[in-house]
Amino acid sequence: MHYLFDGTLPGLLCCVFEAFEMKEFHVRVFDQAFYQPSVFDPTRTIETDETKADRVWKGFSMRTDQATTSQFYKAFLSESGETYQHLFDLAIYVFQHDINVAHNYGHPAVLGMSQMAKSVSREKHRMEAFVRFKKANDGLFYALVEPDFNVLPLISTHFKNRYADQPWLIYDLRRKYGIYYDKKRVDTVKIEPNEIRATSANLPVVQFEDAEEALYDQLWKDYFKSTNIVERKNTRLHLQHVPKRYWRYLNEKLP
Amino acid sequence: MSWERIREKLQILSDAAKYDVSCSSSGSNRKNTTNGVGDTGTGICHTYTEDGRCVSLLKILLTNVCIYDCAYCVSRRSNDIKRAAFTVDEVVELTMNFYRRNYIEGLFLSSGIFKNADYTMERMVRIAKKLRTEHNYNGYIHLKTIPGASQELLHEAGLYADRMSINLEIPTDSGLKLLAPEKSHLEVSQGLGTVQAKRSEYQATRQLMRSTPKFVPAGQSTQMVVGATAETDKDVLYMADSYYKGFQLKRVYFSGYIPISEDTRMPALGSQPPLLRENRLYQSDWLMRFYGFDVAEIVNDQHPNLDTQVDPKLAWALRNPHYFPVDINTADYYQILRVPGIGVKSAKKIVQARRFAPIRSFQLKQLGVAYNRAQHFMICADSRYGYKEPEPHQIRAKILAGSSSKFLKTDPQQLTLFT
Repeated sequence: MHYLFDGTLPGLLCCVFEAFEMKEFHVRVFDQAFYQPSVFDPTRTIETDETKADRVWKGFSMRTDQATTSQFYKAFLSESGETYQHLFDLAIYVFQHDINVAHNYGHPAVLGMSQMAKSVSREKHRMEAFVRFKKANDGLFYALVEPDFNVLPLISTHFKNRYADQPWLIYDLRRKYGIYYDKKRVDTVKIEPNEIRATSANLPVVQFEDAEEALYDQLWKDYFKSTNIVERKNTRLHLQHVPKRYWRYLNEKLP
Repeated sequence: MSWERIREKLQILSDAAKYDVSCSSSGSNRKNTTNGVGDTGTGICHTYTEDGRCVSLLKILLTNVCIYDCAYCVSRRSNDIKRAAFTVDEVVELTMNFYRRNYIEGLFLSSGIFKNADYTMERMVRIAKKLRTEHNYNGYIHLKTIPGASQELLHEAGLYADRMSINLEIPTDSGLKLLAPEKSHLEVSQGLGTVQAKRSEYQATRQLMRSTPKFVPAGQSTQMVVGATAETDKDVLYMADSYYKGFQLKRVYFSGYIPISEDTRMPALGSQPPLLRENRLYQSDWLMRFYGFDVAEIVNDQHPNLDTQVDPKLAWALRNPHYFPVDINTADYYQILRVPGIGVKSAKKIVQARRFAPIRSFQLKQLGVAYNRAQHFMICADSRYGYKEPEPHQIRAKILAGSSSKFLKTDPQQLTLFT
């Protein structure tokens, strides 16, 4: 049996609801946007229903613990089909037991979820580290990123706590949305990448870089160069910590 | 002020500060409750230099003018180099602007000693004070304690800094006398002791009164240069152990000596820094802090130096075959931690997972255990019983044959030690 859902977390949770309602536990779940129809397997499109999803999430939280629910959410943000399946299997496995089985790392779904949650956490941490703000002439600090996973929801609190007295925007070029802080609250903004530099109703204008921006950019590049110890050069380790795909954000790695 | 001059100063003063290894920005709990800028918690490495070291803090000297003449230091007074000094405002502006652009986690401020200890320390404290009180800055600040500075200044510094540190520099007293006759380990321990005493005092008051201000919340650390004099690994690790215990240090850093002068008392210019030795020392440091090892189990009179071919945990296991095999399905957590190839995270997962079903070898591999090493020292649900266990030297040969050291290519100098 194949279940198709709309690619949202409530959608996936509704698949779990459906599985128990229909007593179908050997199901493959797919995001309908990426589904390739199969000749032999019957498919069913699962409607997303918030109340059903809430019931499943509540039940899941009661049977597990805070660490597991947070891992579940993080793993979901990976947007990977294989992980959706792990999460579905894990939820079924949890609901079929009275005790908390979410730490049985011998079970493939538990291990699959915890490994993916770790990857997503790592990407989240990298975004906290590698975001480089540029200051615009109106005082907005903005940064463009392309994270491997959809981690903006995970990093907004971090940046909100850290930069409470400056407006900032972090924009995900791949998923075409950003998070924007106006010194009061963080909002999700959906704009097209080419509009960032144009006037927009809900965004300050980013037309020019601040006059001092180029100078601090240069100072940071200088600092990066002079803090290196040439005698200890270790390119392998350097690349392990800063893989090349991140270099495009990092002003110190750009010429 | 001229930007070119600032650029030059930053280049000189960050170049001089780069030999301080400490770059940690974790362990503090200063939160941005004032709606200002900055927040601390788990550390973040914002970038990595080409030598693979993390860049978390803006690490600079206030000045590289110094009245001391320590042979191992680039800023020694007899060295003919460009000298520079930042003003208080320049450091504050740099820190704030770098921090706001998410380049750094905070400031690491050290200094050469000009005029005297108090004069230098007073300037450093002024920078920290200005950041905290005028700029509403809650990011990380690591201040070097200048040995010999007055108690009052150290007290004030502790109220603004997250971490303070003084470097031991040379692991042995005789070595320090030889290379830096103006310095002594006594001064270092007095400085660390003063701050530690104040810290426990504040912690005790905090138990009674929650509004007690923070005092060096991320603790203290120190650093030793290894390979500048002829000390053994035992000297280094025993020294580290006694400072961990005596002053509740958070970290002891080891810095492989990089030859910087023609001084005949130390390794010649151009010789490779002892990177492998440094790595082994850090591995031992981890064993002492996270794996429940006592320093005497790692190095002792029979084994004053660490094995370069195998890591210290494996070396210990090969010396203590009577301890193995450990049955990971029944042994307690600390016994599992002693198995080479099983780290803290895997050990915790094993302890959690075995409550549900006995663990088999394929699961261990999936959990992330280095099974090639671990298999000789443990048994699990599907281990074969009854055949003769190989001798330690056979295990050693087998593990070495199946692995290659990442240091062999980069460190030809140390290859000669292996033969």
